[in-house]
Amino acid sequence: MKNIGIISRKELKSYLSSPMAYIVTAIFLMLTGTFFATYLAGTNYSDTSIRGFLDAGQILILLFAAVLTMRLIAEERKLGTWELLLTVPVRDTEIILGKFLGSLAMLTGMLLLTLYYPILLMVFGDPDLGPVFTSYLGLFLLGCASLAIGLFASSLTSNQIVAAVVAGGILFALWFLGIAGNFAPGALGEVLTYLSLSRHFPDFVRGIVDTKAVVYYLSVTALFLYMAIRSTETDRWR
Amino acid sequence: MIRIQNLTKYYGKRLAVDDISFNVEKGEIVAFLGPNAAGKTTTMRMITGYLMPTGGDVWIAGHNMASHSLEGRRLIGYMPEIVPLYTDMTTRSYLDFVARLRGLDKKRTKIRIDEVVEICHLEDYIDVILGKLSKGFRQRVGLAQAIIHDPGVLILDEPTIGIDPIQVAQTRGLIKELGKDRTILLSTHILPEVSMICERVIIIHEGRIVAGDRIENLTTILKGGNRIRLKVQGPAEKVTTRLARIDCIQAVAYEKPFHLVEFPADQEPQAEITQAMVQSSWTLLSMEPVKMSLEEIFLQLTAEEETGS
Repeated sequence: MKNIGIISRKELKSYLSSPMAYIVTAIFLMLTGTFFATYLAGTNYSDTSIRGFLDAGQILILLFAAVLTMRLIAEERKLGTWELLLTVPVRDTEIILGKFLGSLAMLTGMLLLTLYYPILLMVFGDPDLGPVFTSYLGLFLLGCASLAIGLFASSLTSNQIVAAVVAGGILFALWFLGIAGNFAPGALGEVLTYLSLSRHFPDFVRGIVDTKAVVYYLSVTALFLYMAIRSTETDRWR
Repeated sequence: MIRIQNLTKYYGKRLAVDDISFNVEKGEIVAFLGPNAAGKTTTMRMITGYLMPTGGDVWIAGHNMASHSLEGRRLIGYMPEIVPLYTDMTTRSYLDFVARLRGLDKKRTKIRIDEVVEICHLEDYIDVILGKLSKGFRQRVGLAQAIIHDPGVLILDEPTIGIDPIQVAQTRGLIKELGKDRTILLSTHILPEVSMICERVIIIHEGRIVAGDRIENLTTILKGGNRIRLKVQGPAEKVTTRLARIDCIQAVAYEKPFHLVEFPADQEPQAEITQAMVQSSWTLLSMEPVKMSLEEIFLQLTAEEETGS
């Protein structure tokens, strides 16, 4: 448990000491802010919701998760520090969970910075706060799943770009599974739709917390973290 | 302290380490000597738990590295061939990170960082970003990292590679000092280093141990015969022919200003040599037994291995 904390703190510090994190955060805020504002303007300020931010945010979070996680293991491999981590008395599970939590802290920080969108709405209008809370819960869960997928991709290679591309590939494949589900017949279609990352998000936006959706995101997170741990173990058996 | 039994490693179909067994006793400094790609790094990676062997076992102080890896890893300090540095961290934050992962608490970490920084002479570089350090200092940080938890066993993979001669001397001194109360296994392909630092040498070639013994013993075993070095005041060529006439002498070579004489291990030609010199009224200035240098041993061993297989 202690080791998870040591590793996640190190990862967070490492994010905060590189210009990358600030650039990524700035771009994230700029893009989501633009969508937030243009949506409001588009409704002539009649719909006081964060819809604009959410529509863009759900896709952007996939991209930014891939960018945040690409270095987590690939860079260690390149630097040779992977050998250090795998020979200190720390379990592979602790390494992976530490790295996951470090990146989750970073992403959570980015999400917290967007809180000024709903705060602006509260100052100038009377937004329905229920859907705001559930939407943030949805973004957080979607973020967890995306980071786990990114971390798994990073565990496969020593090349950060390859890690990001693989992560992006898995993320968007899972995202667009929902569209495939629409065309597939019967039960197969339903299964594909349920497995899609995009299928479960709209409920949160509407203010509904569906247990099925929560379980889905947590399962995806757990599955990919498990695969990252196995991938780390496999390293020892090269 | 380190027990290795029938250790074997295949990378795919390529055999990297072929059924090797050896022990390193508590307090010993043992050199792992071999040319590049002999299997030194692979063996060390299996000892430290970074790689799983294809076959065989590693025990560290009785802990099997396959079933009780964490216990074993706790006792080892390891400096890999590529010094594992986070280039965006300072020396202090890096040592702090490693110490904490090694299970040291905050207070002890602080004390140990001060100690290893002093031991490795890193005082002036404690707040420097690791990416900006020169090769020699990176190597020192690598060593500092390996001893931060005061381990009983040190595994050092090519600890003096790529640094300048003065730093090499310092590092060797440091390793010898550390070896006073620790078990050390270090790999190298630099021969003089072995006799300077180590008590015992294990020579590995193409994944197999070709020789392993205390340095003194290894020299006599390998010789198969003995050699004496003479300094004679007299005409070199005549001295050579005269020496060659002595019964038990197998070979005579002249390397200015010495004559090198080879003879079987069970013979003692000293008396005859002296007599011969006196009879020819040449003055024998010196006569001393010669040990084969490790370099020669190494060349001989690996050459034998090649012709044998």
